Amino acid sequence: MGHTNGLAYLRTDILPNMWCPGCGNGIVLSAMLRAFEALKLEHHEVVAVSGIGCWGKVDDYITVNALHATHGRALSFATGVKAANPRLRVLVLAGDGDGTTIGGNHLIHSARRNMDLTMIMVDNFNYGMTGGQYSATTPGGRVTSTTRGGNPERAFDVCELVRAAGGNYVARQSIAEGALIQKRIEEGLSRPGFSFIEVISACTTLYGPNNGLKTPVDMFRQFKEKCLPKEKYDRIENAAAKGYLTTGVLHQADAPDFLSQYEAMRGRLAAAKGGRA
Amino acid sequence: MARKQELIQGNHAIALGAFYAGARFYAGYPITPSSEIAEVCARELPGLGGAFMQMEDEIASMGAIIGASLAGVKSFTATSGPGFSLMQENLGVAIMGEVPVVVVTVQRSGPSTGLATKPAQADLMQLRWGRHGDQSLVALIPATVAECFELTVKAFNLSEKYRAPVIVAPDEIVGHMRENYAPPEPGQLEIVDRAQPHGLIEDYRPFNFEDGAVAPLASFGSPYISHITSSMHGEDGYSDNSPDNAGRRISQLHRKLEKNIDDIVMTRSFDLDGCDTLIVAVGSAVRAARAAAKEARQRGRQVGVLQVVTMWPFPEREVRRAASRAETVIVPEMNYSGQLAGEVGRAAPGARLIRAPSFDGRGLTPADITAVL
Ligand SMILES: Cc1ncc(C[n+]2csc(CCOP(=O)(O)OP(=O)(O)O)c2C)c(N)n1
Repeated sequence: MGHTNGLAYLRTDILPNMWCPGCGNGIVLSAMLRAFEALKLEHHEVVAVSGIGCWGKVDDYITVNALHATHGRALSFATGVKAANPRLRVLVLAGDGDGTTIGGNHLIHSARRNMDLTMIMVDNFNYGMTGGQYSATTPGGRVTSTTRGGNPERAFDVCELVRAAGGNYVARQSIAEGALIQKRIEEGLSRPGFSFIEVISACTTLYGPNNGLKTPVDMFRQFKEKCLPKEKYDRIENAAAKGYLTTGVLHQADAPDFLSQYEAMRGRLAAAKGGRA
Repeated sequence: MARKQELIQGNHAIALGAFYAGARFYAGYPITPSSEIAEVCARELPGLGGAFMQMEDEIASMGAIIGASLAGVKSFTATSGPGFSLMQENLGVAIMGEVPVVVVTVQRSGPSTGLATKPAQADLMQLRWGRHGDQSLVALIPATVAECFELTVKAFNLSEKYRAPVIVAPDEIVGHMRENYAPPEPGQLEIVDRAQPHGLIEDYRPFNFEDGAVAPLASFGSPYISHITSSMHGEDGYSDNSPDNAGRRISQLHRKLEKNIDDIVMTRSFDLDGCDTLIVAVGSAVRAARAAAKEARQRGRQVGVLQVVTMWPFPEREVRRAASRAETVIVPEMNYSGQLAGEVGRAAPGARLIRAPSFDGRGLTPADITAVL
């Protein structure tokens, strides 16, 4: 990999960023920019499409092309960008509320289409931006500002969802593993088709303190304990119920992506018309 | 040599007009009475080197055409009432981010699923005010198949020139109507492409908040870096929430259209000279109005018709001028609430207004207008 710092892609004159002390977003941002550097991406060939939320504000800190869209809809905008110019590397940056709660429908269909996008979903188990309400990834029983008596709903396993819907690449890491996040982003960007990277992250102002984790350090400790590679995870009985999560590359496939299927269709249409493919 | 006339449907002509204007990306979700536009695009765009995508809903369709336009490809979508409602939030992104896109909404009867899919002209206010925020855009309403084609070309031209979304809003009657039409030869109609940046890469700003200005728009993938955002932003496309900046930003969104109102506003006049009775109408109501006016003139009455082609920004000056010479102004329209009549009254406060509404899904006939003449 070589040493990277990603600085060439960071907008420094606007710092400090708007995120709370201890927030995981900075770690994910750093990993992403280092991945750009490791892959030697040129600024103008990258488009980062972000949704609305704390993580969605990331467009303010990067110097590649950016499109800051609407809450839940970043994937739709990114789909248009990629379809119009397949040479672009298009990333989708969304929180868990953005990416899978309000945006769940687009997530399913982007994975099903196997659109060649790389989505980095920062999962902090709640809506950070709006004051810590529960999202579709808040585990049952957890306390948020709209589940004071404990969440009556169940959480999604979003990685399972994306795999089932047809995405080519699915991975999960926690913010306690910055170098691995970078590696996953590089892998996701390098694999054609829909790539989905879930980063388990700390909301140190809302979700953590609401659930007995008073400091960022407490949250980090918990991630180190509970986020495990599959071999270790499988050795724990009732791991899911105990709040453990599998990390690493969870799924890889080489199904043709949307645009290559589209080109095949274009050829069939042309042939049917008697023209050249 | 004159081009061969063909019997073409309004919706089909819209798709052909879009291709003529250079549109090469369409994303949409099927809904009657607009689906023919999608079907023509699905059939023709691949052969034109473009792409058609059927998205999971109209929210995604609107997002996709904005993304594609920012990647440098002229893009559009087509829908009707329920779908147009779903597009509103992302349509706001095109306004705030100054992204050229064309949205076709073939007006059908509501509210909600309503009298699917009978004609109506009840979304005139939604065109202008359908989304939140202090915003402005352009909306054009064709009344003939020729106008379906030519106003779609015009819609792309205006959207490229002013970096604003432009809506084309025929009612169902016009969308589904067939007329003889010979589409223009390539080169016959003007085609406008958005201005591209020149100069140093580091100097490029995707926005210009000078009064009435429109910044060049770099495509994603060009050597220039572009930051486009739905949030309040400075000229560089990064967040800037200072009151000074916000004031300039909002005013420029309006001023770029206001300052070019003469280029944007279109009306058509039929027999306005010396008329004492003026009929102001849009879309298919124009056809009924012209038939009623013709019949009345044969009876010796002085009746003229003003067609509102650009619904928004509303042709206030043109309506005021025409109304000032008439004793009576008749507004036939396909809604109960008087959406067009309200604007006519605002533009011409002294006018003696007579309304001829129709809102039962039958559309307006010349007889409906003759009845109030
Ligand atoms: C259509 C719409 N509904 C609601 C909101 C308000 N809103 C802004 S951000 C957000 C949730 C953010 O949570 P998440 O996506 O998990 O990202 P985080 O802030 O935690 O990074 C909500 C509900 C909005 N901007 N738009």
